[in-house]
Amino acid sequence: MNKARDNILQRLRAQERPPGSFPGRDFLSRHDWPAAECLQRFTERLQAVRAEVHHSSPEGWLELLVQLCRDKNLNNLLLSPQTRWGQAIYAQAGRFPKLQAYEHPIEDWKPAMFHGIDASLTGTLGGIAETGSLILWPDAEEPRQMSLVPPVHFALLEAGRIYSTFAEAIARQDWVTKGMPTNALLISGPSKSADIAQVLAYGVHGPKELVVLVV
Amino acid sequence: MAMPTEFRIRVEDALKKDEVRTHFRKAMDTLMTNRRNQFPDEAELQRLRTQAQSIRANALSKLPELLEQLESNLVRNGVQVHWAETTDEANRIVLNILQQHNARSIIKGKSMVSEEMGLNHFLEQQGIEALESDLGEFIIQLDGETPSHIIMPAIHKNKEEIARLFNARFPHIPYTDDVDELTRNARAILRDKFYSAPVGLSGVNFAVAETGTLCLVENEGNGRMATTVPPVHIAVTGIEKVVEKLADIPPLFSILPRSATGQPVTTYFNMISGPRKPGEKDGPTEVHLVLLDNGRSTIYSDPELLATLRCIRCGACINHCPVYVRIGGHAYGTVYPGPIGTILEPQKEGLRVHGELVQASSLCGACGEVCPVRIPIPDIINRLRHDGVRQDGGSRTRDAGTRRKRLEAVTWRGWSWAASHPSLYHLGSRAATRLRKLMPQRLGAWTRVRTAPALAAQTLHERLKALGVDHE
Ligand code: SF4
Repeated sequence: MNKARDNILQRLRAQERPPGSFPGRDFLSRHDWPAAECLQRFTERLQAVRAEVHHSSPEGWLELLVQLCRDKNLNNLLLSPQTRWGQAIYAQAGRFPKLQAYEHPIEDWKPAMFHGIDASLTGTLGGIAETGSLILWPDAEEPRQMSLVPPVHFALLEAGRIYSTFAEAIARQDWVTKGMPTNALLISGPSKSADIAQVLAYGVHGPKELVVLVV
Repeated sequence: MAMPTEFRIRVEDALKKDEVRTHFRKAMDTLMTNRRNQFPDEAELQRLRTQAQSIRANALSKLPELLEQLESNLVRNGVQVHWAETTDEANRIVLNILQQHNARSIIKGKSMVSEEMGLNHFLEQQGIEALESDLGEFIIQLDGETPSHIIMPAIHKNKEEIARLFNARFPHIPYTDDVDELTRNARAILRDKFYSAPVGLSGVNFAVAETGTLCLVENEGNGRMATTVPPVHIAVTGIEKVVEKLADIPPLFSILPRSATGQPVTTYFNMISGPRKPGEKDGPTEVHLVLLDNGRSTIYSDPELLATLRCIRCGACINHCPVYVRIGGHAYGTVYPGPIGTILEPQKEGLRVHGELVQASSLCGACGEVCPVRIPIPDIINRLRHDGVRQDGGSRTRDAGTRRKRLEAVTWRGWSWAASHPSLYHLGSRAATRLRKLMPQRLGAWTRVRTAPALAAQTLHERLKALGVDHE
């Protein structure tokens, strides 16, 4: 299909293109909100789309998670044993529902992932106050399907990592220099749709519940 | 009288369906209100529109270079890039990939470009099942329909219709018209399909040249499922969707959902830069991108029409269009309905087939005012009207000049001659006012649904003179 490529590029190049000016293109939208306001906006935005947001602390979040798992009647929880938070949970494994690690490539355990997992827990790279979004860069420890397939997704967020806008997050975390991962995500609530008669319904294809623990 | 065209017949049919019209009116009113609520600060809206326009215009100004950069970065990331001049080529590329994997089915996230390709129909002819997984697309596919809106494909259907449809297609599931239950049922059906599909297909909202990243905007998670679960992911997109830098993305992602459905943000923003890397445990092992031209490079060659390619497919122009709200999406008979369809389809498919669409506009200007990338849609409509009848060879638009009618041309030439000869013009207008009683009450199509306009007793010139205005 190289012929198609050459033809298309040739047609695009056939025209002389006068240099244009592009006003306002480089504007970087950000807000000088103090940390408390960032947290508040982030929380309100997410709650408006039916996400649960819990404000916790480095000491309290584990206890809170135990309680939430109990309240939601979970039989199991998918998480990485290698992450800092994973280690903390595994250290008290007896207090949690059955802990399940994502040890093998999905091909080796797809049926269990799709039909047997109640909930997952992942870390996040940060949050965005303006839109109530979580930033995730799934990796080998916390692969892509963890925040997608199980019906309940717990996400841990460090309070100090809430940026005012998406633009600010990209710039401050220097995504371009770091290089983009296979998959980067913004998640702003549980899965939803208004495709049936413009009535909002939750839990279409992704998680039905998004539970954010801000630490 | 000339034979009514297919478009006219569809419009008349649509106008007779009062219930559907009421439904569209309500839906569009809600969408317009929601959008307005997202932009309480007029200055911020205009700043953002200027920025979004600049981002898209900048990308188009460097389009061939950016496409090459996108390609080389994607290839470096492990993505296979294919180019297609026509929809037929694009379909064959997809088919080839499916055949390499012996795939008999494909699961699709929402993609308007795949609609443009007629991919589902093409694959079915090859004995391959193409299943839509966006809830709206899934519903209309069950009913053998095409989308009536680019963002909300099943917007023409009410809850009861959808409930009956589900019941007819899935008789083993108990009947329900509860939206939550319907959604739950669709989830269960489609989960199984995601689970077993050998190939997933998606569209692309933006492609970033700088990093080789494909961005998808969605609420349901079907886009994530289709691009994450099956072992092969094929993305299809028009060549115009590229932007230069990653920093170009946040403003577009800010203005798109707010303009489209009046949501502050969508649930998912999915950025894909490659297939599964060694050590990663999921994600497709193969990712393909199909870049489709299908007339875009011709649009590109015209400095005025080029603006059409800035479109980010938000659908705001559709939601605000007084014509669309009355006739609905299907009456257009095109893949893209509403104002964007009105300017895009005649350019892509030619003025001969879709040139009539540019007449179906009151030029009210609403579309141009809400467009987040400031495409001057009314100007382009006017330009395409001109292209339809011009004979100066000054336009590369497909089928330019083919809509010229002898009688119309002669009439306008006569008018322009009279209007540039004052004494003749005065004589004519005075005669018209004096003889107004003789004017027929039936004026062809115009008076079929309207009363004929009444001429005044005196000409404007006479009345102004009577008022003491003596300079014309
Ligand atoms: S023409 Fe403008 S308003 Fe219409 S869909 Fe495209 S970007 Fe949106």
